[in-house]
Amino acid sequence: MVVDNLGPYLAEHPFLKGMDPRHIELMVGCASNVRFDAGKYIFRENDEANKFYFIRHGKVALEIFRPIKGGMTVHTLGEGDVMGWAWLFPPHYRNLDCRVIELTRAIVLDGTCLRGKCDEDHKLGYEIMKRFAHLMEQELEALRIRLLDIYGN
Amino acid sequence: MATRANTKHADNKRIDPMLPRLFRVDKIRKETIDTFTLELTPRESSDRISYEPGQFNMLYVFGVGEVPISISGDPATAPQLVHTTRVVGAVTRAMRNLKVGDSIGVRGPFGTSWPVIKAEGHDVVILAGGIGLAPLRPALYHILNNRTLYGKVVLLYGTRSPGDILFRKELEQWRSRFDLEVDVTVDYATDIWRGNVGVVTTLIPKAPFDPMDTIALTCGPEVMMRFCAAGLVKRGLPIENIYLSMERNMKCAIGLCGHCQMGNTFICKDGPVFSYDQMKPLLIQREI
Repeated sequence: MVVDNLGPYLAEHPFLKGMDPRHIELMVGCASNVRFDAGKYIFRENDEANKFYFIRHGKVALEIFRPIKGGMTVHTLGEGDVMGWAWLFPPHYRNLDCRVIELTRAIVLDGTCLRGKCDEDHKLGYEIMKRFAHLMEQELEALRIRLLDIYGN
Repeated sequence: MATRANTKHADNKRIDPMLPRLFRVDKIRKETIDTFTLELTPRESSDRISYEPGQFNMLYVFGVGEVPISISGDPATAPQLVHTTRVVGAVTRAMRNLKVGDSIGVRGPFGTSWPVIKAEGHDVVILAGGIGLAPLRPALYHILNNRTLYGKVVLLYGTRSPGDILFRKELEQWRSRFDLEVDVTVDYATDIWRGNVGVVTTLIPKAPFDPMDTIALTCGPEVMMRFCAAGLVKRGLPIENIYLSMERNMKCAIGLCGHCQMGNTFICKDGPVFSYDQMKPLLIQREI
């Protein structure tokens, strides 16, 4: 199969499953292909958050830096996950570090570009917001379970 | 229903469950900072205990007391017994201080077992939390000893931190197999840890099994099993294909003392392995 743009890769990603092909095409205009080697930081706390990533392969760690003690991993993401939602909410700054654990391949989307398209096409904007809201709900639920310290009870 | 393990071996039927038999401590192995494994062999060659995966024994430290402990060894190596437990009270503390060559009393085996026969021909997903991996290990041994009888086999294991991982070397060996999928996650880690960070339920959506043709075995604290069962149902598993091992306050192991009673169920006598459809109404009952 000859692929002349990132549309098929985006359409295959679990986060975008069932998305209207017209919306996928709109997103392709903001997308590019990236890879990160193990050990590299993709972003750090307080960096501007104008991008987000559809992970196709690999593993990354979201970390909170603690003085003297160093980074603490609070979450890991891998194939099929989406990384970054600070691009959606002003003032668009990162509040975590993201370190690459294994070679990672992803499709990066320019958040500024996509916000502009969402403003122009509210159906696209609603679809994107619904999917991110679902992702946040899942992560909030997992976080609540973790607060229970479930292995110690 | 979980398998009623009345034991297929006639030897066990003749043994009085109220009578402890003497076992010799062959090995004591520290697993984590607060867990350890005992390897035991019977003092008398006639004491031929055989057991099913998921069953437990009552272990008696003389002069201290008796506690129920799940069997964590390979059923194929019986009558040698392997028990893994956490230090949580006077008896388990005394147990950890036993020396090689010491004697310990054993009553059992008791209880229902994991449905390893029912699972034949299906995918199997094993979900363990913390020390809950210990009672599941005999089921995994059985499945690996009879690997061709099962579809995909997946082990999902969660602990608080990398230091709390049980059977670490064995997990690494299992992970290197081509016929077993192993995923481990911890709640918290530093940058030395290259594995997953997140609660064990987050592993369920991506785990490689067919939800319509899978038997799930889960063991860990009750709250963990409740969320795991909910995650499995969400993934599409029929409720009757989910099994869990309950271990509430067991004391006598034969349904007499009532310590482990949940509603009209005695965990020691009717369990500890139950199907989720049996247990669900009790798990959401706040008064018990």
